[in-house]
Amino acid sequence: MWTILLAVAWAADPEPWPFGEAEARGLLQVEPEPVVERPAFLLRNATVMTAAGTVFAPGYVWVVDGKIREVGAGAGPDADATQVIDAAGGFVTPGLIDTHSHLGVYPSPDLRAHADGNEATAPTTPGVWVEHSNWPQDPGFRRALAGGVTAMQLLPGSANLIGGRGVVIENVPTRGSRAMRFPGAPETVKMACGENPKRVYGDKGGPSTRMGNLRGQREAFLAAEQYLAKWQAYARDRAAHAERVARADKRDPAGDPPMPPDRDLDLETLAGVLTGRFLPQVHCYRADDMLSFLQLAEEFGFSVRSFHHALEAYKIRDVLTAHEVSVSTWADWWGFKIEAYDGIQENLALVEAAGGRAVVHSDSPIGIQRLNQEASKALAAGRAMGLEISDDRALRWLTANPAWTLGIDVLTGTIEVGKRGDLVVWDHHPFSVRASPRWVFVDGALRFDADRPDPGSDYLLGQEVGP
Amino acid sequence: MIAWWVAAAWAGTCTVFDGADAVYTPEGPRSGVTVVVADGRFAAVGQVAVERVGAEARWSGRTCGWVDARGRQLTPGLIEANGQIGLLELDLEPATHDDDGGGDPIRAALRVADSYDPDSVVVDIQRVAGVTAEVTHPSGGLVSGQAAFVQLWGDTQAEAVVAPSVAMDVQLRSSPSRAQDWSDLAALLDDAAFYRAQRPAYERGATRELSANRLDLEALIPVLERRVPLVVGVDRAPDIEALLRFQRQYGVRLVLRGGAEAWRWAAALATAQIPVIVDPTVVGPGSVDQIAGRADNAALLSAAGVPVVISTFGTHNARNLRQYAGNAWRAGLDHDAAVRAITQAPADAFGLSDRGRIAVGAVADLVLWNGDPLELSTWATAVWVGGAATPLVSRQTLLRDRYRTLPGTPAPPLSLPK
Repeated sequence: MWTILLAVAWAADPEPWPFGEAEARGLLQVEPEPVVERPAFLLRNATVMTAAGTVFAPGYVWVVDGKIREVGAGAGPDADATQVIDAAGGFVTPGLIDTHSHLGVYPSPDLRAHADGNEATAPTTPGVWVEHSNWPQDPGFRRALAGGVTAMQLLPGSANLIGGRGVVIENVPTRGSRAMRFPGAPETVKMACGENPKRVYGDKGGPSTRMGNLRGQREAFLAAEQYLAKWQAYARDRAAHAERVARADKRDPAGDPPMPPDRDLDLETLAGVLTGRFLPQVHCYRADDMLSFLQLAEEFGFSVRSFHHALEAYKIRDVLTAHEVSVSTWADWWGFKIEAYDGIQENLALVEAAGGRAVVHSDSPIGIQRLNQEASKALAAGRAMGLEISDDRALRWLTANPAWTLGIDVLTGTIEVGKRGDLVVWDHHPFSVRASPRWVFVDGALRFDADRPDPGSDYLLGQEVGP
Repeated sequence: MIAWWVAAAWAGTCTVFDGADAVYTPEGPRSGVTVVVADGRFAAVGQVAVERVGAEARWSGRTCGWVDARGRQLTPGLIEANGQIGLLELDLEPATHDDDGGGDPIRAALRVADSYDPDSVVVDIQRVAGVTAEVTHPSGGLVSGQAAFVQLWGDTQAEAVVAPSVAMDVQLRSSPSRAQDWSDLAALLDDAAFYRAQRPAYERGATRELSANRLDLEALIPVLERRVPLVVGVDRAPDIEALLRFQRQYGVRLVLRGGAEAWRWAAALATAQIPVIVDPTVVGPGSVDQIAGRADNAALLSAAGVPVVISTFGTHNARNLRQYAGNAWRAGLDHDAAVRAITQAPADAFGLSDRGRIAVGAVADLVLWNGDPLELSTWATAVWVGGAATPLVSRQTLLRDRYRTLPGTPAPPLSLPK
């Protein structure tokens, strides 16, 4: 249902989109959709942290056909054909969502031939899709699942000014990458500011400076504007031709149909950004770099969805809030380079206090296994400086805010009626260092159970050593 | 280093810490314990006769400062066993690096203490979070050089460097084959022993050619004499097996760093009493050497009797030691053992018996926490190094305070001069 609503929302977009059919062909799925049993269940006797403003203690969550049917205080309904799961002493949260992962594209273990995250052959490669690099057998996916991560955005690296398309996936085992796509999620595009592109291309023809970075990005969007205009003109011509065909007769023939312009995969991705369909995810550390990029976005009339890493977001939290840009960052990483010198642990909390959308991301196969701990540290830093932030608000850094960042907030990210059954049951308060997921549900199907050994990825078969 | 706080002002003074919810002593956490620090060391721990007089306390005929520790937990200052504080400011800026000597793979004579920078902003950023000391290590080559034990307080190398040579660092994988590394290492120790026995002949130029220069061979003598441990970085179980064999052959003291698969050799490591520095967040294959990494590695090692040290294996966020220890706790290590693994155990592994513990006679490095020291919701409310209260100020707290209200910078224009 939500998928349809989304489609309607897009159709109502004032900016015409001439690539619908072409895009759909690129997204065809060869792998058959697996049949997934989603028996109804009722989680009971737990503290339910909805990330939507309410904590039910004790509370219940009732999931039917994979979707949240009811949530509330007390023991919940006595429903037939519903299995009751006693989550005594546990805490239920929405599934965690990581806006910045390279699982599958820089898989574990680190192997040279598996480094598929940066198409570092040219500084501007919007036409590549990270989906085409993703290796579903990366053991990291299941490790992340064991940490409560039910969805994530896979991104190309930051070597390039425009690194290509990201992809939003649900954390379920599949044979191919395409089948991992999160149904209903929009396309995303990775871009980068600052040190990385100029370092990678400084002796490969440039850019070698920050000003070179901006020129490269502006030129790309200029070309995309022209490309989009050409295709929109073609769409108009084709519609006009179709009308002529409809009322044509021998005396007044419709004439030849218009010839489509050449397709360009790079420019098509950028056209998606220009029309607001694809969500820009921009790697940027310094406050002034983010402001420069926002200026570029204004120039070309698109909105940045999220600045990633954004260690200096706290310095411009008013601007980011006003522009509705989310801040995807770590709790405390800093110092690995000079553009990461001014990172402070209060960054997320200050963004939150300013009314912005704070997001804890991992950018790490280790960090993604305990995102809850990262949020907890950032929350403590905020409280230590005197900011009053509720657990519910901080939980949104892991759930509702990343869901918004990825354009899937109507589908997931909170425990609310009608949303997907993306749920984690923790054995301790999720902000305790002791907390581990006991059960993890993705779209209402149980995908992780701490008491049952995880089958692991193919890669680990016959390699892992038991006790 | 923020220099305006005068540590010297505390010399010859004493302080009483009273009423803490818990004091982490070598015997475990205790409540109802008073701690007295005098002249930079712990002078009393336990049921101590103290008379409170206003803001001060009378103890043993002296007038001491009095710290109300109610609602607080006291631990020894945390010790990062394996970082590069003071040697590495920005990873991607070589001008800020001093950890890697470069050139010849044998650099036994290199002492990182000689390039340690007590003014690095990394120092304060860790200390304000309760990390009071670190073993700071060289990197690169096969024998990287000598690690130093530094306290994260002091304006000069003389003040900050507690012990300039607490370990000799060895890193496998400097050659394409681990077998070659072991062979090179064996040749080196043989030559160091030969040199020690044949110094006069060596000085006359009457010996065969040796595999390292004079200074490097000289620097290896404390290793041969078991005064200084070799710190060897290995993760893979077969490498640990080879390391144990090497240790039996040469009789050197060892500290194992990494040890992702060390749980498979727990019994042998316990028998040899080889401390293992682990990262409890290494679960599953980060590298092909860590395929059998487990969350409960520290718990399994500890249960077998291995001295377990927990490290972040990092420099800029050594302040996350508590989180790392907390993850070992989550995976089954006793809470007390987890605290010990970031305090006393690293001090013991590197031979500093008067650091990392709240015990009479030990140097008074201590932290007051507003809750369980391993919990993420807790923070340090006071940090003392060598008996001195240190300011909870770092470059990051200054940035925080500058941007507490926007626009931060640019600041308003100056008022006109008078």
